[in-house]
Amino acid sequence: MRAPDARLAPPLYGPKGWGAIGVAALVLFVGVPVANLALPESSALHLSAYWITLVAKIMCFAIVALAMDLIWGYTGILSLGQGLFFALGGYAMGMYLMRQIGRDGQYKADLPDFMVFLDWKELPWQWWASEHFLWAMLLVLVVPGLVAFVFGYFAFRSRIKGVYFSIITQALTYAAMLLFFRNETGFGGNNGFTDFKRILDIPITTREMRMALFCITGAVLLGTLLLCRYVVMSKAGRVLTAIRDAETRVMFCGYNTLHYKLFVWTLAAVLSGIAGALYVPQVGIINPSEMSPANSIEIAIWVAVGGRGTLVGAIAGAGIVNGAKSFFTQAFPEYWLYFLGLLFILVTLFLPDGVVGLARRLFRRKAA
Amino acid sequence: MRRLIALVLVLAALFALPAHALDARVVEKLATGDSDEKSEALSALVTEGDARAIPLLEALAEGELQTAGTRVLIVRGDQAVDALTGEKVAPLPAERDDVVANNRLRREVAGALAALRLALPERAARLAAAKTLLESADPAALPLVKQALAKESDADVRAVLESIAASIEIASADQATRIAAIRRLSDAATPGIRQLLGTLVEKRPDGTFAEPDADVRLEAERSLRAIDARLAWGERVGQLFSGISLGSILLLAALGLAITYGLMGVINMAHGELIMIGAYATYLVQNAFRAWLPAYFDWYLLFAVPVAFAVSAAVGAALERLVIRHLYGRPLETLLATWGISLMLIQAMRTLFGAQNVQVENPAWMSGGIAVLPSVVLPYSRVVIVLFAAAVLVAMALALTRTRLGLYVRGVTQNRTMASCVGVPTARVDTWAFALGSGIAGLAGCALSQIGNVGPDLGQAYIIDSFMVVVLGGVGQLAGTVIAALGLGFANKLLEAWSGAVLAKIAVLAFIIVFIQKRPQGLFAARGRSAEA
Repeated sequence: MRAPDARLAPPLYGPKGWGAIGVAALVLFVGVPVANLALPESSALHLSAYWITLVAKIMCFAIVALAMDLIWGYTGILSLGQGLFFALGGYAMGMYLMRQIGRDGQYKADLPDFMVFLDWKELPWQWWASEHFLWAMLLVLVVPGLVAFVFGYFAFRSRIKGVYFSIITQALTYAAMLLFFRNETGFGGNNGFTDFKRILDIPITTREMRMALFCITGAVLLGTLLLCRYVVMSKAGRVLTAIRDAETRVMFCGYNTLHYKLFVWTLAAVLSGIAGALYVPQVGIINPSEMSPANSIEIAIWVAVGGRGTLVGAIAGAGIVNGAKSFFTQAFPEYWLYFLGLLFILVTLFLPDGVVGLARRLFRRKAA
Repeated sequence: MRRLIALVLVLAALFALPAHALDARVVEKLATGDSDEKSEALSALVTEGDARAIPLLEALAEGELQTAGTRVLIVRGDQAVDALTGEKVAPLPAERDDVVANNRLRREVAGALAALRLALPERAARLAAAKTLLESADPAALPLVKQALAKESDADVRAVLESIAASIEIASADQATRIAAIRRLSDAATPGIRQLLGTLVEKRPDGTFAEPDADVRLEAERSLRAIDARLAWGERVGQLFSGISLGSILLLAALGLAITYGLMGVINMAHGELIMIGAYATYLVQNAFRAWLPAYFDWYLLFAVPVAFAVSAAVGAALERLVIRHLYGRPLETLLATWGISLMLIQAMRTLFGAQNVQVENPAWMSGGIAVLPSVVLPYSRVVIVLFAAAVLVAMALALTRTRLGLYVRGVTQNRTMASCVGVPTARVDTWAFALGSGIAGLAGCALSQIGNVGPDLGQAYIIDSFMVVVLGGVGQLAGTVIAALGLGFANKLLEAWSGAVLAKIAVLAFIIVFIQKRPQGLFAARGRSAEA
């Protein structure tokens, strides 16, 4: 095997990094399944279904956070529309899951329940081929990607940047939310999709299925991490960082920043869509409130808490904030918004590099 | 002497209670007859036109009429009076039967009541009665209506009465009367009359006309066209006004942002919550007036305006000093930090006032409205807000162009370093300007409290809209903000009439997104050569 040329393609991670990823993979694909399926419930090491679902949910969020880090941490574009792409992926998956219910719904009809309720006689055009799993997978990738590509092309071409771009993406998300709230849009109105029964004709609520989805999510998360790492380490990644720091200068150097921004923006949207598609079968519901502007802004704070431009930080941030969220909403639901609000303020004021930056600083001080 | 006392007593009784000298047979028929007899009795009462029948019919409509043997009683709780004589009946007879009225009879009773009330002395009561009667005119009421018309002096009531008379006469047997009635109806412009005339020109399923008389049909068509034209005009006026109204609300919400975002470049996601704080300040002032100065309750708003301004401005100044100051030059971080502030403010309001909406009452002088046409009423509260928005706009323009603070703000906006060099205390100017913008948000909240719900989420509803206004209008331009606010208001309302509220909103957002592609700097861009636009 030829030694890789260090200048052209630096290694993704050093030995320590690969080691850590290996350990993570071991825990996700061996440790957790054993703790959940093999160990008896009485065992102290047994992981209950609640924890599996919670961790799987957080891993989905971590994928979105990685996408956000790519677009915001590395390229400096604060997107407030990531929740939209997440929800679009989720809806694409949800359509397939709704069709999988078959005649087991409340009304025992061929059509999904909400359509029977609305007295529709046939599937609207959006649902074409929605019973095929592969078509659903294709939609998961293509719909968020296409929306992002078209929107991004026009936005970046007219050089909308900075907060303007953020506000416009927020408006886009908001408009989409209003659209999906309508029954006429054909996606279940404000109730969205729920009550899923099967995926690929396998019942969705069994322990094994839950575990399989968990492992798939873990694999996608690790894959996304490596992909993002690959992107930011590549030459194109360096250009992205340069765009973040001095876009005008990059343009004057002869780079067409439109292409780079459009590429990373679309990639981030597709990744978010995949995360949404993994999220829906495990949580069991998708509705338009996933598109609310507040959700999209929250994604930004995951990345900010973890540390922008570090990738690992995005995963850590998603874990910390969502872990805190499920703790607070159970223990002190009153104080969750105070905590979240305070987190927004304190992190931006005092922790510009997030938890990862803080850890790095501490270790460096120790080493010195 | 005894006789005199007796006479006085009788007179007193006559004046104290509505003198009941109703026809006993009619009342008995009304109370005990079957529904056809009841109906006849009603007609008799209406034809007689005796105002003393009103309490009786009211009791019948409310289900308070009972019979005990041959006596007819009006029973309220454990009090009863004899319907015929008006005497108190105590103790209550044990054996009583309810007088039941079926739906048809209820409608007839309502019509009869309205017809009888036409002769009441209060103008408002007559007008209300006339309007009720207009919806369900009964031929039996015609003589009463004519009688009322002869005596009526008030123009508004007269107009309604004319319409009633005409809509009854349409059904008469005489062709000339009918045509004359239709002609008179062409002056009316209510949807009800339109429907009535519509039945005259309707076709049956088999293609023949429901109305055999061709002359009547022709006349009805002519009147219909006149009414349609007037109704359409009224609708346009209504739309125009609701456009202006929405525009003025957007303007109020966005004016504060025009300062903090437009002039200072601070993305304040908590702007909506400053509006909300203004609304809650109004609520507190209202409560204070209700508790301590109930006599001046109608004027609490005048006091609430400065209070809302001051409270929001103080909160804004505190935010600027504590948080935003440290983030100048980092707009994305400002966005996130202010979002955090907004979350905390929302939760704080939930903790202080509960998650439910609180009640803010309009002062008496703001309820009601100007009736431009019978179908178009401009509520005073909306009119006041339009005027208020205009006043705030003028005051803000004056503050920016004629005061020292305004001069400083503009100076700092144009060139911070230079302004600092010539002695402008830029840090203090930032605080003052931010407080001004926040205060205007408070004014918006005070206005919004008069037309909508006041709850912790109030601000969330306006934040995206007001950012859209500022983005569309262009940064640093008051004129742009005004035009964008009114434009968005109109666009929203016009599209709403055409496609429904949600689609209209989506269409407007889509339009803004497309528009920004064409003119990234908004309607009124500051010209410059900077590559970093």
